[in-house]
Amino acid sequence: MSVVTNTTTIGAIEAPSRRNTELALLAFAVIIPVFAYLNVGLAMDGKVPAGMLGYGLGLGLLAAVAHLVVRKWAPYADPLLLPLATLLNGMGLVLIWRLDQSPRLIATSMNRFGTFSPDAPSQMMYSAIGIAMFVGVLLLLKDHRVLQRYTYISMVVSLILLLLPLVPGLGADVFGAKIWIRIGGFSIQPGEFAKLVLAVFFSGYLMVKRDALALASRRFMGLYLPRGRDLGPILTIWAVSLLILVFENDLGTSMLFFGMFVIMLYVATERTSWIVMGLLMAVAGAAVVGSTASHVKSRVAAWLDPFGCLETATDQNMLNACDQMTQVLMSFGSGGILGTGLGQGNSDLIQFAANSDFIFATVGEELGLAGVMVFLLLYGLIVERGIRTSLAARDPFGKLLAMGLSGAFALQIFVVAGGVMGLIPLTGMTMPFLAYGGSSVIANWALIGILIRISDTARRPAPAPAPSPDAEMTQVVRP
Amino acid sequence: MNKPLRRVAIFCGLLIFALLVRDNWLQFVRADELNAHPKNTRVRIERYANERGNIIVDGKPITGSVDSGDEYFKFKRTYTDGPMWAPVTGYASQAYDANQIEKIEDGILTGNDDRLFFDRTLAMFTGDKKKGGDVVTTLNGAAQKAAFEGLGKKTGAVVAIEPKTGKILAMASTPSYDPSSFAGYSRKDEKAWVALEKDKNKPKQNRAIREIYPPGSVFKVVTAAAALENGKVKDIDAATDTPEGWKIPLSSKEMVNHAKGCANASLKRALDISCNSVFAKLGDDVGRDKMVEMAEKFGFNAEQFTPVRSSASVYDKNADRGGNALSSIGQFNTATTPLQMAMVTAAIANDGKLMKPYMIDELRAPNVDLLKKTEPEEMSRPVSQENAQLLQQMMESVVTNGTGGKADLNMDGVKVGGKTGTAQHGDKNAKRPYAWFISYAKNAEGSPVAVAVIVEDSAGTSREDISGGGLAAPIAKAVMKAVLKTRG
Repeated sequence: MSVVTNTTTIGAIEAPSRRNTELALLAFAVIIPVFAYLNVGLAMDGKVPAGMLGYGLGLGLLAAVAHLVVRKWAPYADPLLLPLATLLNGMGLVLIWRLDQSPRLIATSMNRFGTFSPDAPSQMMYSAIGIAMFVGVLLLLKDHRVLQRYTYISMVVSLILLLLPLVPGLGADVFGAKIWIRIGGFSIQPGEFAKLVLAVFFSGYLMVKRDALALASRRFMGLYLPRGRDLGPILTIWAVSLLILVFENDLGTSMLFFGMFVIMLYVATERTSWIVMGLLMAVAGAAVVGSTASHVKSRVAAWLDPFGCLETATDQNMLNACDQMTQVLMSFGSGGILGTGLGQGNSDLIQFAANSDFIFATVGEELGLAGVMVFLLLYGLIVERGIRTSLAARDPFGKLLAMGLSGAFALQIFVVAGGVMGLIPLTGMTMPFLAYGGSSVIANWALIGILIRISDTARRPAPAPAPSPDAEMTQVVRP
Repeated sequence: MNKPLRRVAIFCGLLIFALLVRDNWLQFVRADELNAHPKNTRVRIERYANERGNIIVDGKPITGSVDSGDEYFKFKRTYTDGPMWAPVTGYASQAYDANQIEKIEDGILTGNDDRLFFDRTLAMFTGDKKKGGDVVTTLNGAAQKAAFEGLGKKTGAVVAIEPKTGKILAMASTPSYDPSSFAGYSRKDEKAWVALEKDKNKPKQNRAIREIYPPGSVFKVVTAAAALENGKVKDIDAATDTPEGWKIPLSSKEMVNHAKGCANASLKRALDISCNSVFAKLGDDVGRDKMVEMAEKFGFNAEQFTPVRSSASVYDKNADRGGNALSSIGQFNTATTPLQMAMVTAAIANDGKLMKPYMIDELRAPNVDLLKKTEPEEMSRPVSQENAQLLQQMMESVVTNGTGGKADLNMDGVKVGGKTGTAQHGDKNAKRPYAWFISYAKNAEGSPVAVAVIVEDSAGTSREDISGGGLAAPIAKAVMKAVLKTRG
């Protein structure tokens, strides 16, 4: 906040908009995937792939549209978010296209379904819709504070979204996880959108209630314990998360939502006690569900000793989970430090969900330790820019929303990448932007859109008269 | 709200950091282990990704590699005369790994060996397809054929060695298997493999080097060598002081002979007609420790690496006097691989110098450049030249005057020495005996070949007829003849 205050006191000098920086970075974000595309084509067929021009133009066009919209309607936005998302999306397309070329995956699909359809064209379409969503957010949402009005509508919408997969006839059970709905040939993962809507609800709700949640408390053993009736919200969210876990078999979504709420609660109230309580509740919930639900048990077994459990697995599900985990780990291991090179690995041995849940293994095998670290740092940068936006935001709603979205993004990265690398039990979620899946790409582009909107508002030279010099003083009075 | 925001930022940073650390653990620390993990299909994918190099006999490949068009394993191994060469090549299967030469020289055959780094790099620039190098064996196609066909439907094994160098010329084992029957990974390959695994006759066992048999009378040449070397016998034509029915020490039994005329027979005569009493007594005279020393100089009690590993032949180091006497005639705990008996024969034929047996002559790069040539290497000198020649005299006498007549080549300028053996085994010797024969051929330039033959079971032969001289000697003769012929 102090930074903003200083610029306004200096006066008329505008903060640099950084749009040209963004443009230059975007150029790299388009060129790098185009080279990667070329690389895959040369490695697999020995010739320049025919679709390269189309791919390069398509990605370039999408990036250009996004850039122009940002330049016009969010000129002070953070310059890194758009190029980072474009780069990740572009690389995701290349990796999905690379797996489309795999004779093994084609043969498997032919054996199982009698047909094979490449996923890259669909993903390209989803990316276009995602960018359209991004543009739509920037055009329609002139001020993120508008969202505050929809706090309780958001609550209802998010609950509906979360419960949709349980509606008979609409929900689809995909390999045990009930996180999909199917409408007219399209599969949608409502959870991805619920992430955004929930963040809006949490921000609006916490902004109003934070004083009550923060101040009305008793001190006990160095912690501020909330009053019994203030426990309502966290208990509700906890219960909903557990319901998702139990009925939709989705550990990832469940952890993500609860984690996001705890983080936002902590930021809103500045009370460490919420984190302690949140962790205790998460552990209790995980312990109970983990020891009863069979699918969670298989995942935990596969995590603890993937190779050992190939021999000790008690049922087919557990065996599949362990086999999948060993394949993913060997894929990473075979990549080594520099990887085999794009198009030259054998990550298609993972077979099922190789281009969605496990796409990070392809990064690991073909781009190696170096490539994986680059990708993790790219994701880390998105999170960092998001949190920076939150720090710079001038209104508490914007702060909470930006924090909630970046926190959820970070948790998702951790849960997915940690899952495929065997750091934590595997959950059924996908790497944002990289993995194949329309819902994920579209929702994450919307997420970037909202962050860009908030950062534009935050970095925009304040139109209001300079705040009174007492502004700093009032902060000190806070408890 | 900024203070908790910063803390959450640090927390998010820690999450990413944890992922980075984990990734380093996975892709740096554990990379080698995961990469070579037995469950990792990539090892096999890599093995069959390129045209596999060949195993070569007499300048011609006995293996091949076909592009099977499979999505997992591109090339598939093929074998010419698979069953005949299986004891040499081993197998390379997409589903069941590999063994013997196919496994030991896998790096050369796949082209992944460090010595082929330059070829690989060069191929990368010239755009040539990566290819494996070749393994050139020491084997002799004609001798192998004679051995394999000589064994025919019988169960047994043949090993032939060039005494001068230690080159293995023939290595046959029957019943055999066709390694191409399970080279792939289809249902059919699986069926073939399971059938071979379940087969009671153990066709996948390489009897030439991996099975140890009681040698019976053929071991008497080792005892004779020990007696000469330790001075227990000075003159091979002098009568030994042996009664008919020699009492076995620490036992109430007497050692009797099948042959007649063993009482006080000379060493030479005793070997001719294979007298148990004489050799049991000589073994006892020499003593256990000296017998063990002699056997171990010939290669007993140690695994041999040709470079394919052979089982260790056994001469009991802890036998009592009675056991040692029985061991000296190839009974009790004495057990040997056919390779081991071929080594004994070769050492005697080579005037007492035992050469290390080997079957890989050269390793060649894909462009036929020589990568490595195996040089003949002396392993030991079990007997002096003088005594070796005495042993040769006696073995030649076995062929001309004794039990080994069927091995005589009747060729000008070629002398043949041999020894028969009929090893009884099983509880109370109830099982069908093993027929052994060891022999060598020798001409003016030295000895070109030494052979050991064992016929384990001989369906269609009555029990009385099973004898080393009758069953095994003709096979040894055919192998020696084949070697001599190819030498011109």
